[in-house]
Amino acid sequence: MLRTALSYGLLLGLAGFLMAPFVWMVFVSLHPSRQPIPTLENIIPQDPQWQNYKTVLFDLNLPVDRFFLNSLFVTFSVVILQLLITSMAAYAFARLRFRGKKPLFAVFLGSMMFAGPVTQIPVYLLLRSFAWLDTYYALIVPGISSAFSIFLLRQFFSQIPYDLDEAARIDGASHFNIYSRIIMPLSKPALATAAAFTFFGVWTDFFGPLIYTNSTDMRTLEVGLSIFKNSYGGSNWPLQMTAAVIVLLPLLLAFLFAQRYFVKGILLGGVK
Amino acid sequence: MHRGEEQRQGWLFVSPAVIHLAVFALIPIGYALYLSLFKWQLLRESQEFIGLQNYAMSLAESPFWNAMWNSGRYAIVSVPAGMIVALAVAILVNQKLRGITVFRTLFYIPAIASGVAISMLWIYVYLPETGMINTILGSFGVQSIDFLNRAEWAMWALVFMSIWTGLGPRMVLFLAGLLSIPQPLYEAAELDGASRWRCFVSITLPMLAPTTLFVLITSTISALQIFTPVYMMTKGQPEDTTDVIGYHIYSEAWVNFNIGLASAKSFLLLIVIAAISLLQFRLMKKPMEDFSTG
Repeated sequence: MLRTALSYGLLLGLAGFLMAPFVWMVFVSLHPSRQPIPTLENIIPQDPQWQNYKTVLFDLNLPVDRFFLNSLFVTFSVVILQLLITSMAAYAFARLRFRGKKPLFAVFLGSMMFAGPVTQIPVYLLLRSFAWLDTYYALIVPGISSAFSIFLLRQFFSQIPYDLDEAARIDGASHFNIYSRIIMPLSKPALATAAAFTFFGVWTDFFGPLIYTNSTDMRTLEVGLSIFKNSYGGSNWPLQMTAAVIVLLPLLLAFLFAQRYFVKGILLGGVK
Repeated sequence: MHRGEEQRQGWLFVSPAVIHLAVFALIPIGYALYLSLFKWQLLRESQEFIGLQNYAMSLAESPFWNAMWNSGRYAIVSVPAGMIVALAVAILVNQKLRGITVFRTLFYIPAIASGVAISMLWIYVYLPETGMINTILGSFGVQSIDFLNRAEWAMWALVFMSIWTGLGPRMVLFLAGLLSIPQPLYEAAELDGASRWRCFVSITLPMLAPTTLFVLITSTISALQIFTPVYMMTKGQPEDTTDVIGYHIYSEAWVNFNIGLASAKSFLLLIVIAAISLLQFRLMKKPMEDFSTG
């Protein structure tokens, strides 16, 4: 009994600690803009300023609505293309025998762990030589394949019983048919997991869009928000927090919607 | 189906991913190595082959070592602290309590948030006088501290925030590790009169070794590359105490436009990351094997 009470005490305290900055953020976003920072006693807004949200989205010099559409378009393009490319690769790695399969898979895994820090400059130069800088290509194409997604889907594909392919092959089905008619429909949970991971990765990517784009119209929400901070300075906290809420809310909704798949993905990557 | 046909199909299915890997990972790695041998200015487009001088220059300059030192102390404190907190929380949420899944969800939320928004939020949390932490400390009579602008505090402010943002995935991994430990082990230990602490040290910790290794390596790799919070919150300041290597390389490439020198520095970082991962793997592998065979 005491143990249960103690556990709940700890859980609630921890939840308070983790959620407090978010609650604070929402409160501040509803204060009148350009006001001094509210103190703790006055943190709950007397007269909630919902128009702050309209101001940030539509009335500023920065096209925040455009940032939002850019993020949406880029994220969905990457998710769809990446699912297609990585599921095909995962099918080959899980169900086909071909020469060089093992070393090739090792190269994919190695690139996932170690390529990160050294590729930023060469990829920039590469995109520049394609004349892709500051276009949607620069925001989409570098992300359309991912070793992590291949790894995750391969794990799932190899657990599907082989009898299914055997039967289909006796009926004369091609590999493409087996992939598209048998493996893919059976793998919806794994595909959803890969999609959830990619969605969050792309939506919150900061470094790529920061370097590969420079005109305001090509910025994603994440980079747009950082510009917002610089141009509206440290002075206007209510509007800054409003912008932060606008960035976080879609992520929160997506997380609550896809939570099941998300947690599964962490485990597939971690505990094989 | 013919063996040769399966070969052909296999390569056909992987070819889009392989082309992508080649263009956006393998060729860039080679290209970066090539760049690192040149004195190369991005805007002036002047290129001069200088051999290994960029590497020698990096290793001889104090800002590079300062950045390495900053990343080192960031990783050495934030990774173990984050892991201990995450393990404790995983044990806490690994109980059969009503509503426990709600708590698991809540505890994960900081990890999904965007780095930029989180950084803005935490600038606010750390503000002097009116910020959240100073308000709370103030109610205990502690004098206001300007965490992000004081050389002795700024790095630890970033570390504290990383424990908060990194909790979710680590907690989920440890929780899965805990759930995979066979219950009879604990039951047998209890029959032998083992205390809770003894069970934790002799059963839980060794059984969690593979999870711990995975969390340790992935956390260290990402800690050594931290960028967004530094870019948003401190810009490497005050007095370069938060100029971590990820931010240092960024400035070298995109502020100073020395892409040759920046490439050399990114290779030095890559070597450090690979060496540390290998070392952690070696160090943890031995006790893991001893446990599973012994």
